[in-house]
Amino acid sequence: MSFFEELTHRDRVFEFLAPAPSPVDVRHGPILYLEDVSVSFDGFKAINNLNLTIDDGELRCIIGPNGAGKTTMMDIITGKTRPDTGSVWFGSRHNLLALSEPDIASLGIGRKFQKPTVFEALTVFENLELAMATDKRILPTLTAVMTAEYRERIDEVLALIGLTGLRDRPAGILSHGQKQWLEIGMLLMQKPRLLLVDEPVAGMTEQEMERTAELLTGLAGQQSVVVVEHDMGFVRSIARTVTVLHQGSVLAEGSMDEVANDPDVIRVYLGEEA
Amino acid sequence: MWLTRPLQERSTQVFLGVLFAALIAVTALHLLMPQDSALYVSAYTVTLLGKYLCYALLAVAVDLVWGYLGILSLGHGAFFALGGYAMGMYLMRQIGDRGVYGDPVLPDFMVFLNWQALPWYWHGFDMAWFAFLMVLLAPGLLALVFGFLAFRSRVTGVYLSIITQALTFALMLAFFRNEMGFGGNNGLTDFKDILGFDLRTDATRLGLFLATGIALAIGYVICRAIVVSKLGRLSVACRDAEARARFLGYRVERVQLFVFVVSAMLAGVAGALYVPQVGIINPSEFSPLFSIEIVVWVALGGRATLYGAVIGALLVNYAKTVFTGVLPDAWLFALGGLFVLVTVFLPRGIAGVLQRRRAAAGPREATA
Repeated sequence: MSFFEELTHRDRVFEFLAPAPSPVDVRHGPILYLEDVSVSFDGFKAINNLNLTIDDGELRCIIGPNGAGKTTMMDIITGKTRPDTGSVWFGSRHNLLALSEPDIASLGIGRKFQKPTVFEALTVFENLELAMATDKRILPTLTAVMTAEYRERIDEVLALIGLTGLRDRPAGILSHGQKQWLEIGMLLMQKPRLLLVDEPVAGMTEQEMERTAELLTGLAGQQSVVVVEHDMGFVRSIARTVTVLHQGSVLAEGSMDEVANDPDVIRVYLGEEA
Repeated sequence: MWLTRPLQERSTQVFLGVLFAALIAVTALHLLMPQDSALYVSAYTVTLLGKYLCYALLAVAVDLVWGYLGILSLGHGAFFALGGYAMGMYLMRQIGDRGVYGDPVLPDFMVFLNWQALPWYWHGFDMAWFAFLMVLLAPGLLALVFGFLAFRSRVTGVYLSIITQALTFALMLAFFRNEMGFGGNNGLTDFKDILGFDLRTDATRLGLFLATGIALAIGYVICRAIVVSKLGRLSVACRDAEARARFLGYRVERVQLFVFVVSAMLAGVAGALYVPQVGIINPSEFSPLFSIEIVVWVALGGRATLYGAVIGALLVNYAKTVFTGVLPDAWLFALGGLFVLVTVFLPRGIAGVLQRRRAAAGPREATA
């Protein structure tokens, strides 16, 4: 049906004639725009007129007190929650509000959840295999074969996240920190353009945090990374630009030092911790 | 080729080996032993075993969606019965003018109801190829429509179980009505022959038994091929962390729909082989109780193993035959008690015990 509907749109190039998966257009710099986004749940404004721009290849940290709307913002970008108003663009070509979660994922937006979410019954290797950027439709998945090239890519990522020794163990036996890494590894297998990482170091030891910081800073440049984090020490160690969210909108933006000396920020956020 | 992949793994080879050995043994004992020998397998027993094998195939179908996809279907009896009705309609048309009323086209119950012509949906069932196609298509289409609506709205868990239960109950009530044209509460019966073979002869019964065994083998290999493929791992992924799978770019609802339809078709085949062996199909196969019983077989045998479902179906149904013979009133209590005992003491079923024993014997092969 949709095929025929498409034929009737005479004002644009037919989708099946257009060059397949249209690339993300970042010629203007930013890879992600959020403009005037608002969403409320039962009258509570979770996101209130939020404006945010992430540049291609940037590593951005987003901080903010509980209930500032950090996770809701990620839900909106990944298609889980639809905003009441506003627009969200990936590059200057893709309107994310018109797409479903799997579509957004295949465009190149990967997401790590707040609570580490891996497939516990499957092995570490199989987790990465499923995450790999391949044809995600049913029949290609049914007939998929593990090639040497795929195996090499998985092993590369395994080495990067330090789980080579646990390759064939079920992901359910991993420690909390290892699960976080595995999830980051799964995002890497997707070859995303933009990584959304929700609280990557929650419940990690000092050494684990250091490794995670290395991992994330290593990614920036090739990929854009957005990190939501509570741990100020960790944010200080990786951040170049920090955005402070408060009550669903941007309170301050700048380097860690600028933000930390901002009187508003001290009042609503850092003040509480001091 | 993805379909032949399971043939290279040991567990499937063992399963098929045991199954074919059993088929050959039963055939040999039936044909070669003198009738008064203690080892003689009567035609009655052959048909009874054939019935068990139908149930085993049905259990494998349920295990595919419940064990690997986490969808607890309490309505798989509906797909089984639809396959059975498709076969029943073919068998009814084969009776021809040998029915009680001698009408060359209309089945007896239609003559009895004073119907003048065959309803449109009975056309074509006089041809075997059409009827056998319907055995797959009728349950498959129902599963497709039902699954499309349910999975698209992200109905899962208990709610899905309840609506599958409602589905089979609604179908039961519908098929009870004479106006539906499926024989009402008497169902379809008095079958004469299948593909030209007389259903009452021992040879045909043995043939049906063997056909069921082969169908079980094929069904098992198909399910196993899905399970060991990347799609099988994806099913487990959707079962355990649906949101994660979705954010990786998979359309979870399509995975669910695909596996659900395959499972429904296998259930339909089981039903189609069941009908000529028991000689009747009526709306009681749609009863919710039957669908729940299937789930008990799978739970008892061990979820997410496939061979466990086969063991469970065979054991419970053998027990049922024995119990209902000795103490007819006690059967439901025995079934209930069995289920409670298994849930408490063998949470992973009989297959779980086998796996633990194998793991203890030597850590050669760990199966998750």
